[in-house]
Amino acid sequence: MLKQVEGSAAVAEAVALARPEVICAYPISPQTHIVEGLGERVKDGSLTHCEFINVESEFAAMSVAIGSSAAGARTYTATASQGLLFMAEAVYNASGLGLPIVMTVANRAIGAPINIWNDHSDSMSQRDCGWLQLFAETNQEALDLHIQAFKIAEELSMPVMVCMDGFILTHAYERVDMPAQADVDAFLPPYEPRQVLDVKEPVSIGAMVGPEAFMEVRYLAHAKQTMALERIPQIAAEFKQRFGRDSGGLVRSYRCEDAETIVVALGSVLGTIKDAVDEMRATGIKIGVLGIQSFRPFPLAAVRAALQGAKRVVILEKSFSVGLGGVVTTDVRLALSGLEVPGYTVIAGLGGRAITQASLVRTFAEAIAGSLQPLTFMDLDWRIVNRQLEREAAMRRSGPIAENLLRDVGSVASKVS
Amino acid sequence: MLQIRIHGRGGQGVVTAAEMLSIAAFEQGHHAQAFPSFGSERTGAPVVAFCRIDDHEIRLREPILAPDVLIVQDPTLLHQVDVFQGLKPDGYVLINTRRSFDELGLADISARFRHERLTTVPATDIALKLLGRPLPNAVLLGGFAALSGLITLEAVEHAIRHKFSGKVAEGNVAGAQEAFAYVQNELKELAHAQAS
Repeated sequence: MLKQVEGSAAVAEAVALARPEVICAYPISPQTHIVEGLGERVKDGSLTHCEFINVESEFAAMSVAIGSSAAGARTYTATASQGLLFMAEAVYNASGLGLPIVMTVANRAIGAPINIWNDHSDSMSQRDCGWLQLFAETNQEALDLHIQAFKIAEELSMPVMVCMDGFILTHAYERVDMPAQADVDAFLPPYEPRQVLDVKEPVSIGAMVGPEAFMEVRYLAHAKQTMALERIPQIAAEFKQRFGRDSGGLVRSYRCEDAETIVVALGSVLGTIKDAVDEMRATGIKIGVLGIQSFRPFPLAAVRAALQGAKRVVILEKSFSVGLGGVVTTDVRLALSGLEVPGYTVIAGLGGRAITQASLVRTFAEAIAGSLQPLTFMDLDWRIVNRQLEREAAMRRSGPIAENLLRDVGSVASKVS
Repeated sequence: MLQIRIHGRGGQGVVTAAEMLSIAAFEQGHHAQAFPSFGSERTGAPVVAFCRIDDHEIRLREPILAPDVLIVQDPTLLHQVDVFQGLKPDGYVLINTRRSFDELGLADISARFRHERLTTVPATDIALKLLGRPLPNAVLLGGFAALSGLITLEAVEHAIRHKFSGKVAEGNVAGAQEAFAYVQNELKELAHAQAS
């Protein structure tokens, strides 16, 4: 059924359709509306056979999720930003134990300086934690991915993070097609755990493993993610067959057929990039965009296949490895090993900086002209950067950077964007 | 694509207004996207929300920099925020005030833009009368329906009832209806003044 709803409300409804049995979460923007929506459903009785557990922190949220998943319950939680960092130890445990928890990460920057706005720093900080990471382009895809995520997680017995851009998606009202309960039930069978805490057949979960078998346990986690590379597109195809939509999968390309320049990106910025691609195509420029839906497992072969015909690749990312450059770039470069394809990394949208179509078109045109720096910070305000550098060169006690820059920027209340 | 930017202050329902507008547009079969300016809003602080309406899927996710329509929920913003920034030459403006553009010190705006598309409505007064609270957001949407003709009053009423229920919904619907009639009348007078 078509609906005009907030992204968070759409995800809450999709998670409810997946019939979770335990939901635990600690509120943090921009994720809060999702678990609020689920909490209301549990309280008013519309989501039955589900326990909503208020916890005292994100660390507790993931710890409860581990316990309930190990006890055989389909388990869901959601977080963002510092919340994800605070639960990090338990996040690693969930995947190390092979528990099929599904978690939404409403992508948000990490402080300091404290910032509630969107970028991908939070989930990227956990890219090596053993969870699968799926990225949503639209609210429709976000809700679809949650339904797929439970299926992927439970088949493989591995946890899945569904990453959706905080505010840009979570707080946006747009049209979504909400699946019917009967269709979701047919797509997603009840959870049959591979391992379960059962008094009738007791096992222990969480043994200490020494050097004799630790590497093997780790390798098996990798083997499962490798299997996921096959299962993710199959499940996306099953989903399409039942619901009629392309959602999820490993990668999705747009106007890449004859493209000389291919942009690579993740998440909601793909929409704005598609508009930029159309604008440039209209002037005869051969440009396309490749969206990565599955960041973990990283689809090396699919990315290589999509990019190998290009003359240049522009990786636009909302994440940044300080002291190196792009995070996604490293993986894309690995996919292109041995091929001579010049690549540009464009860091954009950190901490909620607006990514505009005009800036994208200008940046891509610079890449095509060969004038773009290999590592570019799109729309960086060099004026305030240089002022701070001058201050630091001029005096020892130059003061706190964030406060200095805010003073240089002046009042933001008078600005529209 | 129609792009609407709504300016107001925290607590005036700026974000809710954009959401209701998107619901009204959806109700009429359009694609619509509404989103806030993503600030850490505080009561009284300037807030911006956006709504895009189109006949096909909306992919663009940048803030609205060149709006076709401006709705200003609080006239005290006019001299604090550059609300007219990027407004298209043939854009629509609706301001919540008892005063006229000239009285607000906006004579230059009247001169720069198509003045039959610039209008005011005392939405806070209407809300106080019919809702009992100074919340002008839904009322202004009724005025917007009259000003632009781009969405119907019925769709606005539907969106209000979707967001609110009971007395609050009915008060807001009555307010939207009154604002609709007020702006229609204002436009008639403008047309009349132009003709004579």
